[in-house]
Amino acid sequence: MNMKNIDTATSQSLIELQGITKVYGSDSVAVHALAGVDLQIDAGEFVAVMGPSGSGKSTCMNILGCLDTPTGGVYRFRGLDVGTLTRDQRALLRRNYLGFVFQGFNLLNRTSALENVELPLIYRGVASCERHRHARRALELVGLAGWESHTPGELSGGQQQRVAIARAIVIEPEVLMADEPTGNLDSTRSREIMELLQSFNTEHGITIVMVTHDAEMARYAKRTIHFLDGRIASVQHNGGQA
Amino acid sequence: MVWETIFLALRAIRRNVLRSSLTMLGIMIGVAAVITMVTLGSGATEQVTAEISSLGSNMLQVRPGQGVRGPGGMRTDADKFEIEDAEAISREVYGLVAVAPTANRSTQAISGNKNWPTSIMGTTNDYLKVRDWQLENGRAFTQNELRSGNTVCLLGTTVRDELFGDKDPVGVRIRLQRLSCQVIGVLESKGLSNFGQDRDDIVLVPLRTFQRRIAGNIDVNDIYVSAQDGISTETIQANIEDLMRERRDIVAGQDDDFHVRDMQEIVSTLTSTTRILTALLSAVAAVSLLVGGIGIMNIMLVSVTERTREIGTRLAIGALEREVLMQFLIEAVVLSSFGGIVGIILGLAAAAAGSNMLGMPFVLNPGIIVIAFVFSAAIGVIFGFFPARQAARLDPIEALRHE
Repeated sequence: MNMKNIDTATSQSLIELQGITKVYGSDSVAVHALAGVDLQIDAGEFVAVMGPSGSGKSTCMNILGCLDTPTGGVYRFRGLDVGTLTRDQRALLRRNYLGFVFQGFNLLNRTSALENVELPLIYRGVASCERHRHARRALELVGLAGWESHTPGELSGGQQQRVAIARAIVIEPEVLMADEPTGNLDSTRSREIMELLQSFNTEHGITIVMVTHDAEMARYAKRTIHFLDGRIASVQHNGGQA
Repeated sequence: MVWETIFLALRAIRRNVLRSSLTMLGIMIGVAAVITMVTLGSGATEQVTAEISSLGSNMLQVRPGQGVRGPGGMRTDADKFEIEDAEAISREVYGLVAVAPTANRSTQAISGNKNWPTSIMGTTNDYLKVRDWQLENGRAFTQNELRSGNTVCLLGTTVRDELFGDKDPVGVRIRLQRLSCQVIGVLESKGLSNFGQDRDDIVLVPLRTFQRRIAGNIDVNDIYVSAQDGISTETIQANIEDLMRERRDIVAGQDDDFHVRDMQEIVSTLTSTTRILTALLSAVAAVSLLVGGIGIMNIMLVSVTERTREIGTRLAIGALEREVLMQFLIEAVVLSSFGGIVGIILGLAAAAAGSNMLGMPFVLNPGIIVIAFVFSAAIGVIFGFFPARQAARLDPIEALRHE
């Protein structure tokens, strides 16, 4: 267990799912996206989530990212029952503990890399000069020093995803949620991004939960969880090598 | 946070300058119309007020036909006055300074090869007294000239300028229709009237000359009366009405076929005309502002749809519902109040040009500027709220998935 976790929530895991279900629609047309998921993720872990389309992995990710609430079961984040939180409370939780990296980068157009990275800090109410400092540092960490004033349109796909990663890690999150972060990139760029994510996991102790289709990318994680029909089908440990 | 949001809104507007300016157009036109009308209106009011105080509010005008306000409007078939009516008024109504019978007609004034269409008025020296009209040079009519209907005339400055340029016309003969007439004086310039007429575009001749040599009848159109200071115009108005009813054989219960107006009434007619005009244009402005507001709502809805992924990203990152609401609301308010500011500037420019053209004073009304600005900002709030709420209530998962 990571040193970082000892003072917070006693022996509990950072993330704890107990019998999580998610049902869309009702009665006869009900779709059971998740049919009872139990999962624990400890601080400092790097978890890959895999599974075919419709297996429930995206739904699980949304719940883990506090973007969605489960129909049944309990989700504890740092010991806090997320199911009891309001929409705004979940937003505050995301703001303070979670970083997001998306398949489509989701950067603001015609807005410089630096300002994109500053965005989460604006919502945190960080003062302007502080923001610049943190955002510059984050861009440096993802290897984009000198690209601060470039807009997404002037950057390659790999660079855009680096900006997105900088935006996610600038708040020094507990957990980084990555939803197919290499889905729009070629294999070389994908490996670069994965190495970057891995370095944040090992060197900065950021917990990473990543959805991916690509078994090769999943090998960067320490643990791979396979979803099938709304359940965890298998868990595979792999030391976290490429 | 608020400054960040305003900055953000300004950038969103700058990204799409053409669309933003088209969106603001409605607000701009509405505000500009209001500002122009109110500014011109207060200019006109001030001018009228100034004019009344310079004239003295003690002038009355007696004219045949019913007042404009009578049912069926002005009657033109009423009997004209005669010179004896004016004499009777000056003899029998107490408290008058001057009584000026007038008759007029449009005609050509000709001097040498110059030719100018103008208005010719037959009257007496009392007309100059009633109007408080001085002579620039030359002299007024003599009693003899008035009595015997001599062919002499006084020129307004416009007629003088058109026919003689810089030269002194006094002593020269000009032709009015078939009448050859000696210029004996030039009237000082009075400029434009409230109705935009050039009051210097006139030739005065003795009333008898006008009747015998130009009109060929003994009609008098209007009688202007000037009351002494300290004597109520209402009393004089009532006395003149009684006298004229008697002279024109109007029995009790029968409507007057003439009308006595004092300056106050002329002013109120004018201001009520201005008011109607202002109300009409305000209605147009209100519609324009409404349309402008709907335009802003429309463009904000488009903007929310276009930026669904951005909104999703912001929500995922941890933006609260009210923060997203504020972002879009402020964007709408910035749009509308910017349109308002441009409208105010355009409106003031139009009012300045208009008052310059109409020869009216330009009266800046700070109250209406503040109201116009607040109103345009309020339109942003009202019409921006619905789209902003839509943005704030988006489901982040759906929004992130949006193409």
